[in-house]
Formats: sequence, structure tokens, C-alpha cells
Amino acid sequence: MTQYFNEMYHGGKVRAPYARLEDWMNAMPAELRTLKQAEAEELFRRIGITFAVYGEGGDPDRLIPFDMFPRVFTGGEWAKLERGIKQRARALNAFLMDVYGRGEIVRAGRIPARLVYQNDAYEKAVAGIKPPKGVYSHIVGIDIVRTGPEDFFVLEDNCRTPSGVSYMLENREIMMRMFPDLFRGNRIEPVDRYPEMLRRTLASVAPQKCSREPTIVLLTPGPFNSAYYEHSFLADLMGIELVEGQDLFVEGEFVWMRTTEGPKRVDVIYRRIDDAFIDPLCFRPDSTLGVPGLMDVYRSGGVSICSAPGAGVADDKAVYTFVPEMVRFYLGEEPILQNVPTWQCGKRDDLGYVLDNLGDLVVKEVHGSGGYGMLVGPKATKAEVEHFRAKVTSDPGNYIAQPTLALSTTPTFVAEGVAPRHVDLRPYCLVGERIELVPGALTRVALTEGSLVVNSSQGGGVKDTWVLAE
Amino acid sequence: MLSRTADNLFWIARYMERAETAARLLEVGSRIALLPSAAGYRNEWDSLLQASGNADAFAEKYDAPLQKDIENFLFFDHDNPSSVASCITTARENGRIVRTALTTQVWDALNSAFQELRQLERTPRGDLELSRLTEWTMRHAAMVRGAIEATLLRNDGWDFLNIGYSLERADNTARLMDVKYYVLLPRVDFVGSGLDNYQWSTLLRAMSAHRAFHWAYGGEVTATKIAHFLILNPQCPRSLITCVEGLSGHLDRLAKLYGTMTDAQARARDMLVTLSETREEDIFDEGLHEFLSRFIRDMARLGSQIHETYLSGDMR
Repeated sequence: MTQYFNEMYHGGKVRAPYARLEDWMNAMPAELRTLKQAEAEELFRRIGITFAVYGEGGDPDRLIPFDMFPRVFTGGEWAKLERGIKQRARALNAFLMDVYGRGEIVRAGRIPARLVYQNDAYEKAVAGIKPPKGVYSHIVGIDIVRTGPEDFFVLEDNCRTPSGVSYMLENREIMMRMFPDLFRGNRIEPVDRYPEMLRRTLASVAPQKCSREPTIVLLTPGPFNSAYYEHSFLADLMGIELVEGQDLFVEGEFVWMRTTEGPKRVDVIYRRIDDAFIDPLCFRPDSTLGVPGLMDVYRSGGVSICSAPGAGVADDKAVYTFVPEMVRFYLGEEPILQNVPTWQCGKRDDLGYVLDNLGDLVVKEVHGSGGYGMLVGPKATKAEVEHFRAKVTSDPGNYIAQPTLALSTTPTFVAEGVAPRHVDLRPYCLVGERIELVPGALTRVALTEGSLVVNSSQGGGVKDTWVLAE
Repeated sequence: MLSRTADNLFWIARYMERAETAARLLEVGSRIALLPSAAGYRNEWDSLLQASGNADAFAEKYDAPLQKDIENFLFFDHDNPSSVASCITTARENGRIVRTALTTQVWDALNSAFQELRQLERTPRGDLELSRLTEWTMRHAAMVRGAIEATLLRNDGWDFLNIGYSLERADNTARLMDVKYYVLLPRVDFVGSGLDNYQWSTLLRAMSAHRAFHWAYGGEVTATKIAHFLILNPQCPRSLITCVEGLSGHLDRLAKLYGTMTDAQARARDMLVTLSETREEDIFDEGLHEFLSRFIRDMARLGSQIHETYLSGDMR
């Protein structure tokens, strides 16, 4: 039986960062807890923090389950994580600049050319472009899991438009409203500077042709997108317009938005739509979400797009294997955060190993996300394993496999009281003129007993995540 | 402000006002239905549907205009875009789209109307008195309006909301009057009868203006007095002149804020001047129905000018 690291109880004792939470937990009778949980839910609904799921029937406005039991890091733990995250974000951006430029890392034979240039996420349309400050990925979400007191692993990188940061901010707001005493008793680093930092990051990458205070907008696919709440929340906190493709148009060398006072020039676009949809003239011609001609303006330095088109090639699950190599190659440093050992089913030797050990491994699609299309070997039925065996055999290049990690647990409120549940961590690293991140992140929790899948689309919940001041 | 944001604000106001009108129509209908019916009348409910412009849509879905079906159609039916349920749902959806342009209080008011509506929809119809439904609608409409007035920044967004309210309200007042005069009682021999007066009072009640009318005019309820009250009296919050005054004022504010005069602004001013110079006799000489129809057309034209100027995003 696998031993899981419990972040609160370890070696028969309560770990230091959780010391005060034990009293708090014990002082909360079941009735009060139910009451508080209902209050939290009411707050989420009132504020409108829902994610919309259309086309599946039922209530389109769903709440992501919120667990009131916070997850805590010491200042020391966080300092190490922070260094590792920033290092990784720097290396990923260096990689992007490189592969859309001279491709030194490929020439040096440190990563196979095929993996980069034949990758679906490699955008030939942006080869040769040097975005302002040399940044392709301005918000890097790095998914991290923990397996022991000192053991952190990166599960995957998100270089395009990682979502969920609004939950990091709102979870904190709601905890502060409901349990002010907890915040008086613990010295918890605040996270509410995030919107301001994001705005500063976006402003710092204004295009060359912009010689004034840049006009920044957030481009959303619209209210039917499941993350629409987050888009409107961030736009509001940054004080920028939330636009849809139809609000923008290209004329001359610039992008303009349609306002009640006539056209207004736009300098920086924080886009929350995929590459394929941003410009029907350059990418998918059937896209109605984007802005025709946007890429021409981008190429000629009339507008900045964050994250830059093409950034996705760095967060592909096959490229992931090479990130430690990127850290060494570009920064000349040793990686602070480790990768999870990964087998490429596209390699003959690896494939053999994977097929022999399917029952013990986690198998994922290279381009999959959201916890869909993956196999968790130890939790799967025989039929599911065989089903995956057929899929992997027929298209090995499309799959990678990793050992089933012993994800750490933290105490979580469940129907029977408090019980350990598995968690992961997603910090949001901002990359512009400088690289920074707030002391906090989104913790996702698998609410089902024993489950290792934390994605909200698969029944995961969220927790407030604390970093204690030293 | 983004044109699309302005457009959404404009429509939030229109839909909330429209929801209120649908509820008021129901109230008129149910009161009139309490009258002892006489042979030779048109069916009152049918008249209501015609006045609200919904008769065809209703006929497509239901057979005869039964009160229970009409209640359902005007309140709950999501196939009817003007039903209370449709209006509140759309207003709230528009609000969700422009959350950043609303205060928490305004959003809260829109959202709680929507959440409560969903509870009402789950309640067995037999447990719902019509009066409860109409009061519920008016209460929530008032809460949204109150939140707007009490908490919103007086910027262009506030102007677009108020323009929506004024435009919709003008249109609705004109239509409600038309129900009474043209549709309910087309035969000259009824004019001035007890029944005639009863219907006029019902109309006033439906506009929550019954007492106000008596304070302002006293004595008998007559067509002339009511026409004056609902068309020409700037004290009446639903009168046509009050609505046009609101429109003109907010269009002036926008022109000043943006530093650009517009055709819409000029037209609203013209309409206001004309209305202030109109006397009751003029209206009855032209014919109340003709006057109202002309007014409704003028309003529609003004609406499309506002759309072209500010809401479409095509202005260069």
C-alpha cells in the first residue's frame, strides 16, 4: 500500500505551519461547518463566481466546490518553490525565443527537431518574430505536485492562457470574510496584488509603435466560455476593457476597438482565446471569435498579443520532458524543480516498457488537457486498461506515460468530518520586464476519496492556499 | 465605453422595463376579466395580446385565449421573448456580459431576480396567485432601478441605462393606452358609459397611477384628463412627455461628455418641444389612436438613430 505524504500530520505530529489550524478545526462543530459551507456557497453564487457549462444539460451555472480547509506553506518552502518556478518560466521563454529564431537548442542536438518543428503547436506564421522584451509566454502556470516534505515535481507547464487565478483571489476573499480570526492569528502573505502586477506586466510589453500609456484589453471568446467569469473579473480588477472579437477591427497599421466615442487604438491584447481563433485570415478561416488582420498588425509591431501566438509549443507534453535540459542549456543552471519521469510512447524502448506496465502508470495524450482522455492505471478496470492498450498501440506518438505519483494530501472537509484528500498546486508566474509571482497559488483538490484527478471538470474542488510570512 | 457594453446596458434597462409592462398587462387583464361580461364584446384577453404585439405568437401555441394560458404566456413562457421570465433572464444575461460596468448592488439585484425566478418556475402554478406574480415583478424591477440610481457612477453607462428605460417606458405607456382606447372599446356608444370609466380606472391602476391621478385631477375619471395625465403631464413618471424629457436630457449629457452633437439628440429635442406645445384637444382632433401610433413610430425611429450613433460601433 502506497504511503501518501500528509501535509498536516507527518511522523505522528502536526507540522508547524498547520499548528494553529488544528485548534480551529477542533473548535468547529459539524453544524457550524455546514452553516459556513452554505455561507461560502451563497457568497460564490451571489458574486457570480460560477463556471458555465453549456451543452451538457442541467444548470449551466456551476460552482467549483470550495473546501474551507486551507493549504499552508512555510515561507521557506515557498522561497524554494518560487526560485524554481521563476527559473522554469525564464527557460521556457528562452526556448520559445530560440525555436522561433535560430533554433540553437535543436542545432545543438539537445532536443529533436521533429518534436519542435513538426509539433501541431508550432506556429510557422510567427517564425522570426521577436516580441517585445523577448517574451512569448507572459503568464506561465506551472502545475506542481508534492510527494514528501522536500519533494516537489512539475506535472505540466501551461504557457498559453492558464486559467483559475480568479479562484486564487476569490478563495482568499471569502476565507477572510468568513474566518477573520484565522487571519489575525496567522501571518499570511497577501495575494491581492496579482491584478496590479498582471497589468504592469502587460503594460511592460507594449509594442514599439506605442509611445504613450498603452491601452490594454482582455479578449474573451464571450459569455458562453466556461471561464467568462474569470475574464470579466480580471478585466474589472485591472480596469481594462473586456472585449470580444467583434469589438475590434484592423485599420491601417493598428488595431482599434469600437466605442461609443468612435474608434480607440489598442496596444496590448491579453487574449483568452486560442491561437487558432485569433485571426481568421491567418489561422482558422471559420473563426468568428477573432479579429481579421490582427496578425499583420502584430508582425509589424502595431500591437502586442499576450501570450504571443506560438507559445503553446513550449507546454506540449512531449516537449515537457526537455524542460530540465532547457534550464541547463539557456541558463547554465541546474533545475530547482524536478520533472516527473516520463516515457515517450513514440520511442520504441519506452513503448515496450509502457505496454508491459500499463496497470501501474498514468497515460496521457500529448495534447490532452482537463483530465480528459487519460488513464490512471492503478485505479482503472481491466477493460479500461485494454482499451488504452489498443489506443496507445495504434498511435504511440500521441501518448506519454508517467509513474503514478503518490500525491500529497491535506485535510479536507468531507461529509463524515475531516479527511485527507489529494491536492496539486498551480502558481501563476508573470513574465514581462521582470519575472514575478505573488506568494500564493491555486490548490486543486480531488474530493473523491482516493482519487488522484484534481481537475474541476472531473469533480475536483479548490482551496485557499497560504504562504506564511517568515 | 465599448459600443457593445453600451448596447448591453441599454438592453438591460429595456428588458427590465418590459418585464414590468408584461406584469402590468396581466394585471389589467385580470381586473378587466372580473367585470361582468356583456355580449358583443371582444374578448378582453385577446385585446391585450393584440396590444402587446403578441397575438400571433400566442395563437401559434395555444387555441383559445384562456386566462391560465395567457398568464403562462406572459409570465413564464420562454418562447415568448417579451414574457417576464424571458425579459429577466435576458437582462441578467446581459448583466453578466457587462459585469465590469455594473456595481455589485446592481448585479446583485439582477441576479437575485433571476435566482428567485427560477424558484418561481419550480413552484406548482396552482400555488401562485396572479397578484403575487405581478407584485413580485414590480418589486424586482424597482430593486434593479433603485440599485442603479443609488450606486452607479454617473458616467455614460448610466446615461445608456436611462435611455433604455425612457425609450421602453414611452413605448409601453403608449401601447397600454392604445389597448384601452382602440382595442377594448372600439364602439362609440360606449364612450362615457360607466363601463368606459371603469376601464380607464383599471388602466390607471395598472400603471400604479390611480391615486396619483386623483391627487392631481380630482373628480370624475374622463378620457381627456387621463390623456393629459399620461401624455402631457410632466409630473407623471410614466407620461410620454416625462419619458421624452428623460431621453432628451440623457442624450444632451452624452453629447456634452463626448463633445459631439448628434441627430438623435436633435430629434429628441424636437419631440420634446412638440409635446410641450400640444394640447389635449389637438390629440383628440387627430384621434387618440392615430396620435399614439405616430408617437410609437417616432420612438422607433429615435431608437434606431441612437443605435446607429452609439451602439453599433460603426461611428467613425
